[in-house]
Amino acid sequence: MSVVRERTLRNASATRPRKFALTPTVTVYVALAVLLVVGSVLVALDGGVLLDQGGILNILTRSTVLGLVAVGQTIVIITGSLDLSVAYLVGLSSLVAAETMAGSGTMIVPGVLLALAVAAVVGLVNGLVITVLRANAFIATLGVALVLRGYLEHNYTGPAGSVPRSFQHLGYDRIGPIPVAALLMLLIAAGAWWYLRRTRGGYHMYAVGGDVDVARLSGVRTGRTIVTAHVLCSVAAGLAGVFLAARLGSGAPYVGTDAGYDLESIAAVVLGGAALAGGRGGVVGTVGGVLILATLDTVFDDLAVDPFFKDVVRGIVLIVAVALYARRQLSRRST
Amino acid sequence: MTWRPRLADGTAPVLVVLVVLLVALAFAGPAYAEPAGYLALLKRAAPLMILAIGQYFVVVSGGYDLSVGSLVTAEVVIAARLVDGDDANTSWVIALLLGFGVLVGLVNGLITTKLLVPSFIVTLGVLLVLDGAVFLWTGGAPRGALSPSFRTFGRGGIDVPVLGQVPWSVLILLVVLVAAALFMRGGTGRTLLAVGDNDTAVRLAGGRVDRLRLIAFVLSGLLAALAAILLAGFAGVSAQVGNGLEFRAITAVVLGGVLLGGGRGSVVAAAAGALSLEALFSLLNLLGVSGALESAVQGLIIIAAVAYAARGTGLRRVLQPREPEPVTS
Amino acid sequence: MNVRLEGITKSFLGVTVLRGVDLELRAGEVHALVGENGAGKSTLLKVLAGVHRPDSGRILLDGKEVSFGTPRDAHAAGISIIHQEFNLLEHRSVAENVFLGREPVRRGQVDRRSMEAETRRLLDWLGVGTIDPATAVARLSVAQRQVVEIVKALSADAGVLAMDEPTAALADHEVELLYALVGRLRERGMAILYVSHRMREVFDLSRRITVLKDGAFVATSATGDITSDQLVRQMVGRPLEALYPERGNAAGDVRLALSAAGNGRVRDLTFEVRAGEIVGLAGLQGSGRSATARAIWGVEPFATGSVAVDGVPVRVDRPRTAVRAGIGYVTEDRKDEGLALRQSVKDNVLLVRRAALRGAAARRAADLTELLESVTVTARGPHQEVRYLSGGNQQKVVLGKWLAVEPRVLIVDEPTRGIDVGAKQAVYRLLRDLAGGGVAILMISSELPELIGMSDRILVMHEGAVAGELPAGASEEAVIRLATGHGIGDAA
Repeated sequence: MSVVRERTLRNASATRPRKFALTPTVTVYVALAVLLVVGSVLVALDGGVLLDQGGILNILTRSTVLGLVAVGQTIVIITGSLDLSVAYLVGLSSLVAAETMAGSGTMIVPGVLLALAVAAVVGLVNGLVITVLRANAFIATLGVALVLRGYLEHNYTGPAGSVPRSFQHLGYDRIGPIPVAALLMLLIAAGAWWYLRRTRGGYHMYAVGGDVDVARLSGVRTGRTIVTAHVLCSVAAGLAGVFLAARLGSGAPYVGTDAGYDLESIAAVVLGGAALAGGRGGVVGTVGGVLILATLDTVFDDLAVDPFFKDVVRGIVLIVAVALYARRQLSRRST
Repeated sequence: MTWRPRLADGTAPVLVVLVVLLVALAFAGPAYAEPAGYLALLKRAAPLMILAIGQYFVVVSGGYDLSVGSLVTAEVVIAARLVDGDDANTSWVIALLLGFGVLVGLVNGLITTKLLVPSFIVTLGVLLVLDGAVFLWTGGAPRGALSPSFRTFGRGGIDVPVLGQVPWSVLILLVVLVAAALFMRGGTGRTLLAVGDNDTAVRLAGGRVDRLRLIAFVLSGLLAALAAILLAGFAGVSAQVGNGLEFRAITAVVLGGVLLGGGRGSVVAAAAGALSLEALFSLLNLLGVSGALESAVQGLIIIAAVAYAARGTGLRRVLQPREPEPVTS
Repeated sequence: MNVRLEGITKSFLGVTVLRGVDLELRAGEVHALVGENGAGKSTLLKVLAGVHRPDSGRILLDGKEVSFGTPRDAHAAGISIIHQEFNLLEHRSVAENVFLGREPVRRGQVDRRSMEAETRRLLDWLGVGTIDPATAVARLSVAQRQVVEIVKALSADAGVLAMDEPTAALADHEVELLYALVGRLRERGMAILYVSHRMREVFDLSRRITVLKDGAFVATSATGDITSDQLVRQMVGRPLEALYPERGNAAGDVRLALSAAGNGRVRDLTFEVRAGEIVGLAGLQGSGRSATARAIWGVEPFATGSVAVDGVPVRVDRPRTAVRAGIGYVTEDRKDEGLALRQSVKDNVLLVRRAALRGAAARRAADLTELLESVTVTARGPHQEVRYLSGGNQQKVVLGKWLAVEPRVLIVDEPTRGIDVGAKQAVYRLLRDLAGGGVAILMISSELPELIGMSDRILVMHEGAVAGELPAGASEEAVIRLATGHGIGDAA
């Protein structure tokens, strides 16, 4: 009997995960490092410097808004869902914040809180449509996006509201070359990392994204988990809107859609190594993905490349990156 | 065995919705008192219906095609630039446009099948590439103009007894729809559905899964090109013509009861979903709902439709309690 | 813990699936639940698991009535179910799976260390300490996953464990390991409900046996008081004539011939299968049985050697070329590899024909109605979606899929896995009829009685090669001896 057992179970001990595996997360940061080096060389050949104070500032500033939205998107994608409504939500929450503040310094806190509350409600609606009405996440959040768009188009034609000067500091202050807002973004990313990797709620999100039936049969409250993920995602998008209000000085209805934050954030998450099907990936990878996209932009700016060319490169980078992940998965499976 | 009409799963609701909308249109607007009004609706709807048919092939085989919106824009911009207002250019440009659609479909399909990248990501990447490339090429604003003969397909028609003038686009739509329906009834079409359901089973049955998926993407690209030609003729040249069309086409397909993720749904229902969407817009117009609120209503309707469809399957699941249960538990 | 189910009735919109079923599980006892597919076993399990709420009837735990609204409630009450399909997350670690939904929390954080320590303790207690709690489940074998499921139930401190067909995916020697584990759980005082189609296991393990038929309770008997024949009669409701059909006459021409064929998993395979012959392929899990089938089938093609069909050499590099060479393959994994579950019976039966053949070849071939009749699919017509069929009928559809292309060689891998006795018999008859019609059949099965009962001769594999050949009617012992690497000569 014990001989049989040995035979059956022996190979498990040899399969302990290696410590320095080339996980997608590691790959992202290696790619980022390579990109920074290559970019620096290219910019230097052009007679400039990529990573001077201005350059670092530029990369980090670009990363802030996309980073916030993408961190939220990471949470829902890990849970096996998707959020296409974030772009309109960014615009909406910038408006809520700016209009509530209306230039008054005392209204800063209420403005921020109200914007985040509105965002949370939108996330709640997303989550409930998916769990209670059992609509596909793609369609559910697309529907909510259209509703938000209708509201914005009906009520706004351009920027509205204004934030007090003191609040604009959030948009522009920095410590050395590092913008305060970027630090806040990283702080929130760290919080999301901790939540996903260390708490029960986070564990359950990976479980629901991995296999919702398994999670349910194991006693996980799947509906609640999905709703929570959507609320967190929307709050992150709301924060992005609040930051944009600080940066622009007013609320702007289409600031999110013009930048294409819906698809762009999904791109960043996938670039960071998360599986669109859910259950795999993480915030660390996503931040790497965001930094790559921001660095690309900055390099192209420094080289004065046509802005439309950036889209082309971005599309190619996205496809190539995911193709590489798929390759590695395949080779691992066959060994 | 006697022949009984069979509707594919999820087809019935969209037909009901469509009939209700069409009847409502007749009450709301005098234009719909006669066939001409409905012909005009069909003409407006033709590009979206053709796009939805193309999207159907991809969705039913288990993928997404997010690139069709930017492909339509690219096609229209290329058409204007190459035709340059000269009728002599019409025919070769049309051939080239269709070829370009096929090419984009090939790229989507090859990357998806050979590099194993999820189609959502591939077509998203291609969307970015097309968007950027078109504007790089045109420098931001479309140049050139279409020729009258080019625009005939989107605008003109031929006289038919009884019906009056039938738009070309409606005829083209009918041809595409019939061809698509026949294709899906045939062996290749049925196998495509099976691919969306369980590609391993098809591969082990000796099917060429990659090729079938590729065909789906190529058809989607080709039909997007066709839709772009109609749309350019109908609405003229602009750099925004394709904006959001990919989502609208997916919405239409889902409205038609087609399952995102593949394996279920009929192509006629997908087209009916697109027509319902257009009928809805026309109705909202007639009722004086502001253009801005239109999208809000659209959003609510698709959520309601999908939620309804989900309830439907829930009901069926309960109706058929044989073991093993349909849900893999 | 003692559990009593009393008069459990459950119907889904008018269709009664369970009618007044009684069942009593006692602490420290293995209770077997048997019945044909569709008898209501899985539904009963789901009632116990809190997935379905019964329409009437009571569930009593240690004499106290309880009511489960969700699986969560059943868990909390100490009831664990190991479902037929594994309920594990592939990309999470063993420990994370074991504690899923009940993760220990310390200072707001999941206490990973204590999770892993507790998992290790339970694994050691079960005597399978070689599984690392930090390993991702994706890296474990089927048997190891089964162990993880058991540990999951143990860690929940379950008083009741229900196992639905736990050996369906296990090789014989792994089944023994499971026996040992079940024994330990029983000693621990757990009440165990064991659902299985395999008579031998039912008799080996259980103290009492309950039979369900058509959703109704038939009888509960002490295992010692009933014979296997009586049990089958209770399940089927009629005596089953001989399970295995008569063997056919002398074999015909060589249909399939392998010569020195090999790849990374199997080596030096040289054997023939003749028209009219059923050749069994035996061996432990991982011995190369399925790898042989998949190599002939072109999923992982042979790298060396040659394959010939009807004397014509064929180079099979993918399933498509295999189909066109006249080879059919019934995969062991019906749901994931065999069927498109959302498609109709008709579309599934026609799948191979449409997918792999072209033009005239696709149109010629058997008439569909006749075909469906020959596999006696008792569906509501050919347009019913396959996912609504029972396992037995699904398997018939898979077979029908191959009959539709009239193969000359048919490989069947675990053709009766997870289907009931009646359906098994139908499958056996179908295979024998096919052989009678001149098809060469290569049959793989982990169930030795079945393999011995069906095969005209048996090839036994060991570590990727054929270790020996046995004639029809060989003993199980002889097969096992070869499969475990002992030659025919060194009998014990």
